Amino acid sequence: MFRGALDNRIFVALGFFQPNQKKSMKRFFDDELNTIRSHLSLMGEKAIEQLRTAIKALIERDREAAERVRRNDDILDELEVKIDEEAIRFVGLRGPVARDLRLVVVGMKAGHDLERVGDEANNIAKRALKLVDEQPVKEYVDIPRMAAMAEEMLRDALSAFFDGDEAKAIDVCQRDGEVDKINKQLYRELVGCISERPSTTTAAIELMFVSKSLERIADHATNIAEEVIYLLRGEDVRHTKEVSPD
Amino acid sequence: MNPEQNHSTNTGNRQAATSRQEVSQQQIQVEAKDLGERASYDPHYIRIRNYDFFYGATQVLFDINMDLPERQVTALIGPSGCGKSTLLRNLNRMNDLIDGIRHNGDVLIDGESIYHPQLEVISLRKRVGMVFQKSNPFPKSIYENVIYSLRVAGGRRKSQLDEAVERSLKRAALWDEVKDRLHESAFSLSGGQMQRLCIARAIANDPEIILMDEPCSALDPIATGKIEDLIHELKENYTIVIVTHNMQQAARVSDRTAFFYLGKLIEYGETQQIFMNPKNNQTEAYVSGRFG
Repeated sequence: MFRGALDNRIFVALGFFQPNQKKSMKRFFDDELNTIRSHLSLMGEKAIEQLRTAIKALIERDREAAERVRRNDDILDELEVKIDEEAIRFVGLRGPVARDLRLVVVGMKAGHDLERVGDEANNIAKRALKLVDEQPVKEYVDIPRMAAMAEEMLRDALSAFFDGDEAKAIDVCQRDGEVDKINKQLYRELVGCISERPSTTTAAIELMFVSKSLERIADHATNIAEEVIYLLRGEDVRHTKEVSPD
Repeated sequence: MNPEQNHSTNTGNRQAATSRQEVSQQQIQVEAKDLGERASYDPHYIRIRNYDFFYGATQVLFDINMDLPERQVTALIGPSGCGKSTLLRNLNRMNDLIDGIRHNGDVLIDGESIYHPQLEVISLRKRVGMVFQKSNPFPKSIYENVIYSLRVAGGRRKSQLDEAVERSLKRAALWDEVKDRLHESAFSLSGGQMQRLCIARAIANDPEIILMDEPCSALDPIATGKIEDLIHELKENYTIVIVTHNMQQAARVSDRTAFFYLGKLIEYGETQQIFMNPKNNQTEAYVSGRFG
């Protein structure tokens, strides 16, 4: 999804192709930075796919889909290792400064966040497998809603990265609170279900874990968005009012 | 550094030199501690104001305005021909030796204009020492190289000269390597040692400022490392301005960095800011090797 447009976008994201500015020279090591970015793009696609499949497995009680998620987790782990190797090699051999340095650091951190998204999708798939034979606690409303919000945040954080879109990154950060709220609300509802119908306890606890995983995925999307702001602005905005108004 | 004290030493005032000899190691440590505890050094020690510079009809510097702080390392970077070496050489008026030069604006060191009509260029150059790209020891012994300027200034007393040689070579981190061969030719030294000898020679004059014009460009990485460590130590006592084409070196040794292009000061700031988050796109392209 991102790879096709990557080459055209990279220098926009790097901020070198701005109106009325002299174009910067392309260097041989730009291809190496592109490799880091394309691996990150691939990781983003895979992480989103894993999340979607895990949620599908949960809602449709699809055992095969859940097992596919568990099998595919290795792909994200391998990509994370590849990004780290490329980034460390780049630091060691190319001595990056300024945006190049920030890109390499952000690449490593975002890679780690996406790997964690994969882990959370894997956790959801595990829960889905356990829930295949359980009676439903309640109709799935909040879980798909949370999943859609978390997925949208991930997608936007990644497109903010590839498009160099600071406003979009800030917007992602500001949406995190909403997912947190639904998670808390769902937790309360599930606790209510357990007291009303103790037979649903096992299934309700599994759903609490699923909800927590989705909340964590939204946190990772927020981390990526904060990293994008750092890449573009050179300023660490974590824990500031701009990105966490609450 | 007290300019008056320097002046008295520079003119060979025996009393000052003797009293300096008597300063115990303990006192030196106390002084160093005091310096370290001083909140900040004069941030406007060298002031360059609306400075234009011309070689004949060709203008090579355009309206430069910058303040260089005392006892810090300021790196001047930029592509060849950007005017950084010209600016460096003007700080002790080395360019006065070239015909047809002229300038507008002013350069003040510790509040005094370097172009003041009463100022003798020789005394300016005592205050502002210089180390060149290629080490240029005189065809004399190591010892005579270090005290050359003191001899020119009339220094005769052996104990005073011996003390100056030891102090300067120690400060230039060369003493241990040459203390047993002080009377051998300076040309017997390695490239890196020769460059440190030139730094010792500049220090012997007890300057306030040391200008370095690509001091490591002819040296191997080990000698370069020694000079960089030396620069780091020297800034305790001296204000250092260095021109370098080596970006990593500027990032390693300097506190502030100025980027020049086509005779103009494009960006000037804390070195960390220039290399981590430059504000100007040209600076960004230059420090990341994409300028062209």
